[in-house]
Amino acid sequence: MDALHEFLSGPALYVTLVIFFGGLIIRAAFLLGLSRGKDQVFYDHFSWSWALRSVLAWLLPWGSRSLRTQPLMAIVFFLFHLCLLATPIFLSAHNILWEGWAGWSLPTLPGIVADVMTLVVLGGVVFLFIRRLVRPEVRLISTLGDYLLLLLTAAPFATGILAQYQIGGPYDLMMVLHILSAEVLLIIIPFSKLGHLILFFFTRAFIGVDMGARRNCQGRLGAKVW
Amino acid sequence: MSEQAQTGAEATEAKPTEDPKAVEAPAAPVDTKKIQQILAANNGARMRSWLNICAHCGLCAESCFFYLAHDKDPKLSPAYKVKVTTGELYKRKGKVDRAWLEEAHEVIWGQCTMCRRCSMFCPFGIDIATMIGVSRAVCNSQGVLPEGLARAKQNIIESGNQMAVSEEDWTETCDWMAEEYAEEIAGLEIPIDKKGVKYMYTVNPREPAFYPQDLGQMAQILHVAEESWTVPRQGWDGTNLAMFAGDAAVAAIPVRNMYQAAIDLEAEQILMTECGHAYRSGAFEGPYWLGLPGGRPPVPVKHAVQLFWEYIVRDGRIKIDPAKMITEPATLQDPCNVSRNGGLWQMMRDLARALCTDFRDMDPNCEYNHCCGGGGGFIPMGAEFKARRMQSGRIKAEQIKATGAKIMISPCHNCFDQLNDLNKEYELGIKVLSFKEIITECMIIPEKFIVSDNGD
Ligand code: HEM
Ligand code: SF4
Ligand code: SF4
Repeated sequence: MDALHEFLSGPALYVTLVIFFGGLIIRAAFLLGLSRGKDQVFYDHFSWSWALRSVLAWLLPWGSRSLRTQPLMAIVFFLFHLCLLATPIFLSAHNILWEGWAGWSLPTLPGIVADVMTLVVLGGVVFLFIRRLVRPEVRLISTLGDYLLLLLTAAPFATGILAQYQIGGPYDLMMVLHILSAEVLLIIIPFSKLGHLILFFFTRAFIGVDMGARRNCQGRLGAKVW
Repeated sequence: MSEQAQTGAEATEAKPTEDPKAVEAPAAPVDTKKIQQILAANNGARMRSWLNICAHCGLCAESCFFYLAHDKDPKLSPAYKVKVTTGELYKRKGKVDRAWLEEAHEVIWGQCTMCRRCSMFCPFGIDIATMIGVSRAVCNSQGVLPEGLARAKQNIIESGNQMAVSEEDWTETCDWMAEEYAEEIAGLEIPIDKKGVKYMYTVNPREPAFYPQDLGQMAQILHVAEESWTVPRQGWDGTNLAMFAGDAAVAAIPVRNMYQAAIDLEAEQILMTECGHAYRSGAFEGPYWLGLPGGRPPVPVKHAVQLFWEYIVRDGRIKIDPAKMITEPATLQDPCNVSRNGGLWQMMRDLARALCTDFRDMDPNCEYNHCCGGGGGFIPMGAEFKARRMQSGRIKAEQIKATGAKIMISPCHNCFDQLNDLNKEYELGIKVLSFKEIITECMIIPEKFIVSDNGD
């Protein structure tokens, strides 16, 4: 178990981070390159103002008309994403590791706050999972992959908190599962629909530009696509 | 019926740039290569991102009036419609059979009007309409498309306009209308091919074909405003049904004619009648079919609503007689391609308020409006689609009812027809009018344009 733990938190972690960041960067760079030829319409009418407003509105829980019509989804969706992103980055246990490797660390979350945020992520997953099952329009378009991705998203959080409180199994085993599931998730992100973590900014910017900036001239108005 | 499709095939075959297999009669084998070409041409960064990141969250569902009008049938959510058509095409790398195309035909023409409302409600702004457009292009390339659109395409190829109105009929209609309305407005004329004017006016072919008074009304307004304008002998059709057929090559024809006419006539701007999809075609999509740099038309394109707004609201060049304003409760249809996709919703409201004493807005409205159900080629797709058009129009009918309006203003020919049909189907008790018609009824005719009785 120790050897496995060593491997996962050593070489495997390096490889994971390279694939994760490399994958996202290469993907974005490839698409940007491709867009120069096939998505000229984006550049013809580009406007920072329309692009940024279209993105920003969707980063806020009630920034968009769409989410305002579904308040429960809006708040869960927002808290889920916020905690999903912030917990691993600002977790003190992770920062102790950064400190050890890099000699620096970020401000950290108090333990209790981190625990609550972890539970919010898990609660969010449960909500999204159930929503997928009970809403016919969501269920119909859901694939097996959608459900598995949700479970995979939950895995590092679940195993992390279980390990910390040593519930459900030996600490060592939970830790190995924690690192393993986190690494699998990070590797999958750039190549799955979770690539939205970076592509969101481009697609949202595009629709803001196309329906907004492109129309917003010669006395016309641009449509606010949020 | 198959006669029509046959001639359509021949007409396209005659064009050297077209793949001869492209538009064959329905029994022909599927040309997978051609499909793959279309898919590849559209497989840019946007398409790849959209296909990949759709989170299957279903947030787009409630935005679509097809979904709402059919009691939230999940098969009508935008994400599902794209998934089973364009999504499937890319997944199968274009390898589909004719039965598949026929099924897709049902979805892409029968269940989406390309109104683009859903894109505003999707977290990623996925452009469902553009994606559906790719499936339309694929089906069209295999001759699988609604007959009404196939006929319009053939007319465009043969005559340059979608209803095959001959040049003679066109100019005769202009002369006839000029004569007719000169009896009401002194000195009224409809100049043809006059050079160096401010506006070259383009219409919807149904005006010369069925509603010539529409042209006459526009002439009255332009004459009273003492405008410098003309209609072209060629290139007067602003509409573009080939756009809704998904046929970029044919869609380029009327736009090219129109731009060319404006350039030849040295017109400052192209002015468009109250039509929605013509505006989308001429002002936004056309430059891309023609590969024009910058994606902008060579001559600015102005919608009639813009002109009327300038005349009445901004400049007072046309004065409205307060005593003749519409007093019955009136509401306004936001045509998708004039409002959301044309940016003119505020001008339309300013105008409506200037013409009606009791203006009532629908909800939702402006850029968030619901499609009337007649867009995306639905109206010209003809009788076989009518039942569906009436069903999906239920949302619009309910919106109208809720306003209690008796007058329905529609600055779009397609909405106009759909609203009239909805009026009968749902017994709305409304009268559908264009802005032109209202303006000619209530504008003040200056002294010098009044035809004196004893002069007759
Ligand atoms: C910036 C970092 C982001 C990360 C790491 C991230 C990660 C995730 C994860 C793990 C899920 C759950 C997977 C699933 O549903 O199967 C998810 C779902 C989702 N995310 Fe994000 N996301 C990010 C940003 C965004 C942004 C900016 C948006 C757009 C507003 C967005 C929209 C969505 C949507 C619509 C879902 C689907 C929810 C559902 O399951 O119904 N995400 N995201
Ligand atoms: S474009 Fe309009 S009709 Fe088509 S799916 Fe979207 S909302 Fe529905
Ligand atoms: S709202 Fe957008 S991401 Fe969500 S299912 Fe619809 S198209 Fe996909």
